Amino acid sequence: MSQAAIIAVSFAYLAVLFAIAYWADRRADAGRSVINRSSIYALSLAVYCTTWTYYGSVGRAAISGIGFLPIYLGPTLMMGLCWFVMLKMLRIAKAHRLTSIADFVAARYGKSQLLGGLVTVIAVLGVVPYIALQLKAVSGSLNILLHYPEIVVPTRAAALSAAPWHVDSALYVALTLAVFTILFGTRHLDASERHEGMVAAIAFESLVKLLAFTAVGLFVSFGIYDGIGDIFARARLEPDLAQLLGAGGAGGSASGWAALTFVSMMSVLLLPRQFQIAIVENVGENHLRRALWMFPLYLLAINIFVLPIALGGLLVFGNSVDADTFVLTLPMAHHQQGLALLVFIGGLSAATGMVIVETIALSTMVCNDLVMPLALRLPWLGLNQRADLSWLLLLIRRCAIVIIVLLGYAYFRLAGEAYALVAIGLISFAAVAQFAPVIFGGLYWKGGTRHGALAGLSAGFLVWAYTLVLPSFAKSGWLSRDFLEQGAFGIGLLKPQQLFGLTGLDEIAHCLFWSMLANVGAYLAVSLARAPDAREAGQALLFVDAHRLAQVPGRAPFWRGRAEIEQLAPLLNRFLGRERAQAALESYARRKGVAAVEELPADAELVAYAENLLAGALGSASARLMMASVVEEEPLGLEEVLNILDEAHQVRAYSHELEQRSQELSLATQELRAANLRLQELDRLKDDFISTVSHELRTPLTSIRAFSEMLREDPKIDLVDRRKFLGIIVAETQRLTRLIDQVLDLAKIESGNAEWRADQLDLREVVQAATEATAQLFKERRIALDLQLPQRPAPVVADRDRLIQVMMNLLSNAAKFCAGDEGRVVVSVREDDAAGVVSVADNGPGIERGDQAVIFEKFRQGGDSTTGKPHGTGLGLPISRQIIEHFGGQLHVDSAPESGRRGADFWFSLPLKAASVN
Amino acid sequence: MNRQRLTGSRLAAIFLLGSVLLNYPLLSLIDSQADVLGVPALYAYVFAAWGGLIALMVAVIERRGG
Amino acid sequence: MAKSILIVDDEPNIVVSLEFLLKREGYQVAVAGDGEEAMNRLRQVRPDLVLLDVMLPLKNGFAVCQEIRADAQLAGVKILMLSAKGRDTEVQKGMALGADAYMTKPFATKDLVAKLRELLGE
Repeated sequence: MSQAAIIAVSFAYLAVLFAIAYWADRRADAGRSVINRSSIYALSLAVYCTTWTYYGSVGRAAISGIGFLPIYLGPTLMMGLCWFVMLKMLRIAKAHRLTSIADFVAARYGKSQLLGGLVTVIAVLGVVPYIALQLKAVSGSLNILLHYPEIVVPTRAAALSAAPWHVDSALYVALTLAVFTILFGTRHLDASERHEGMVAAIAFESLVKLLAFTAVGLFVSFGIYDGIGDIFARARLEPDLAQLLGAGGAGGSASGWAALTFVSMMSVLLLPRQFQIAIVENVGENHLRRALWMFPLYLLAINIFVLPIALGGLLVFGNSVDADTFVLTLPMAHHQQGLALLVFIGGLSAATGMVIVETIALSTMVCNDLVMPLALRLPWLGLNQRADLSWLLLLIRRCAIVIIVLLGYAYFRLAGEAYALVAIGLISFAAVAQFAPVIFGGLYWKGGTRHGALAGLSAGFLVWAYTLVLPSFAKSGWLSRDFLEQGAFGIGLLKPQQLFGLTGLDEIAHCLFWSMLANVGAYLAVSLARAPDAREAGQALLFVDAHRLAQVPGRAPFWRGRAEIEQLAPLLNRFLGRERAQAALESYARRKGVAAVEELPADAELVAYAENLLAGALGSASARLMMASVVEEEPLGLEEVLNILDEAHQVRAYSHELEQRSQELSLATQELRAANLRLQELDRLKDDFISTVSHELRTPLTSIRAFSEMLREDPKIDLVDRRKFLGIIVAETQRLTRLIDQVLDLAKIESGNAEWRADQLDLREVVQAATEATAQLFKERRIALDLQLPQRPAPVVADRDRLIQVMMNLLSNAAKFCAGDEGRVVVSVREDDAAGVVSVADNGPGIERGDQAVIFEKFRQGGDSTTGKPHGTGLGLPISRQIIEHFGGQLHVDSAPESGRRGADFWFSLPLKAASVN
Repeated sequence: MNRQRLTGSRLAAIFLLGSVLLNYPLLSLIDSQADVLGVPALYAYVFAAWGGLIALMVAVIERRGG
Repeated sequence: MAKSILIVDDEPNIVVSLEFLLKREGYQVAVAGDGEEAMNRLRQVRPDLVLLDVMLPLKNGFAVCQEIRADAQLAGVKILMLSAKGRDTEVQKGMALGADAYMTKPFATKDLVAKLRELLGE
């Protein structure tokens, strides 16, 4: 088989892969994703199986029987746990747009860029051996195939790698893979870091792997031998081989088996490529379910023939051929050219798949979590001023891919030959296992802090390096073997593979033990030493409680910043490219029901959304950095709290005021209603008053008219009658006049239109004057008038004429109701408290209790039911009362005829006001 | 969501079962010299157990309408 | 045969004027000063007509009117109500209670005399 043919077929296969990827990408862009099936997802997970599985397992089986198997049992068992774990990781990753392991860890521990960077470094260094392993496998298999039909197989001796590097086929393999990866994964930037084409290609190559391996397996089992049973039967006959059939050969120890199981459980999730495929590239949560059993099924299927092939190869070749190559050399030895080529392609496929996904994942991490954060912090790079940086991101990624692959090659040259493939791979597994405490701790323990994570990772990494990596160099001759055998600086306790004297563990178990101890120990100790700060606690909450928190896209739990869309849009354009940024913003605007992107409200939600988008391109730590530079973030400081409180206080005050107003309103309404009722009442009273007044007026008019008419009609009325009638007319006229006057007076007083004077008076003087004026009346009636005045003056402020009016009213009433002859009226003035009291007491019939209020009513007069109708208007007392009350006094009557006491005492009081300065 | 939790718990139980079945204390019990249908007992056991676990997982996951 | 008229009013001056007027016209005149007295005198004298004021002490004019009409023995008595209250409601009330006529004070003597003649069928 010529080199050209092999290379041609290889490139043809790679081209097929590329074509599939391209087609799948095109379909994805058109919205009809090919990979949206759970079986594709499950197959893509099989990228876990690399040339390690393809070649290395057989090699391992040849040494330790089923000891190769824990690496696959581990993932199977892990799938059982993954129902919860993976789902949680998926949700968190989607919600926070986490695009790599580094992103995940950085985001969880307070968006720490330092942590992201550390994880990236560990990941790169840890995975480099794994890449070296692929290169070794491919170049080795290539070399073997080239010598077909001769089996020129390199033994453990490093024959071929002694070739200078520029001739070394491994280098070219490396470069080819690097270029291929660049074509695969860095054609453009995707905010979600998804590569549909890559996933499709991986799924395809998983099938190819399985097919090729199964083909070999079948060939060996049924082509060379008579079935698996035949192989085993023959193996039993050879004592060396027989032991491989038993548990005794399996890794040699329980601890080894357990260690491998554990470390593979971690790796199936935490290897960068696994994380990429399982979490980042995941299209839908529902795919997870099927993958949980399909993937283990795949593992089972691809491993069934491993032991038979190993045994078969040993039977054929014994120890002369490197067992890692049995899958290839067995067909070759039996002149199966086609099959050998198929096997080679299968191996190439496995290697390619691994390198592509792994380096893409790693380059993403390097770009987002290592280089960009550093670059953005260096102002002299002027990155903030550039309008579009997407080209830069792609460039960084491409360079990273090349560098990583070359690192893999370097490791291959330095240390690759000393180890079997599996052993190299396990070094990477142990490295990746260092992520387990921080990641699982981060998922389930809110107490993990950034410093704890840093401490744990660093400690674990250092121990790993010391106990596995350095020894690997030592075993390859780049470090003195003394280091291995006598410990660092000659200190026995620091023997890298027997640290502190711990023996009996194989090197992986040993490394795991110490590194996990250091890692978990440091993580716990440092995390618990200090409480998480606000940001860490916030992120911890979001991660650990991810199932309970409703993750709505755009939700902004912890941003309190604001930024205008004019600031955010250029930022997004810069890192996502104009088209994608615009599309994303438009869809967000539509979701919010806003017509145009420009009208989006500049709130915390928008900021969070923008940050999410950026995180897809830059990683969350860098995204936060960029956003922070643009956004005016207001930490919820005292002022803001006060503002919020203020607002709340204002709102409460307003609502309180509102309540008060409405209360006042209802009160006012009530009052209005009452006033209305009163007005209606008064209206009625007015009507009554008017009707009464008109009645009172008409009564005297009746006599006046009647007599007047009669006098006019009959001139022959005699003189006596004539004089009588005229007298009545005159009297009635006077009565009428008096009535009209009083009515007007009362109306004026009641309506407040009366004119009041405020004179400084002495009550004694007023009373005296009034009695003198009525003296004549009393004399005519022969009623005794008794005047009792005090020594001291009784100064009041009142209207003199009005007071006289009151006195006249009272006196004339007294005179009216006094019995003649024995009638006696006592008029007195006295001082009582701060008031002057004037009393007019007669010894008439008195006024019954029931009538005492009535007499003060308008037009009502006492004595209706006894003596004839008294002369008078019935308005005197009401007017008097009004007058007295106007000056702050009261007018009452004391009388109790029912108890036998005769007479009525009308008295009024006025407040005494001392003479003011004149 | 309860059915999810049930499925998850069942799968976790399968995990525990597998950890026991496919780990050393049990493995060392298997007589390495015996053959089952021409296949070494250990090999047969491991693959059978493995297959069985997977079958259990299928049953738990693909179960419709609990 | 001269007709007899009972004057029921509590205002003395009005009573005097009415008395003089009616006597001059040739009627026989009786007087009552309040509602109770009015009923007594009615039954005593059995006048042909009663001049009934409304605003009366003890029993007002409406009540008296009602009582007269309720009394079968007084069926032939004419009732002429005189009142200073001239509102329509009052007039209607009076007529509804059975008064034969209603005049408001002050009245023209001519009108009163004419009404009396009418009511007494002269």
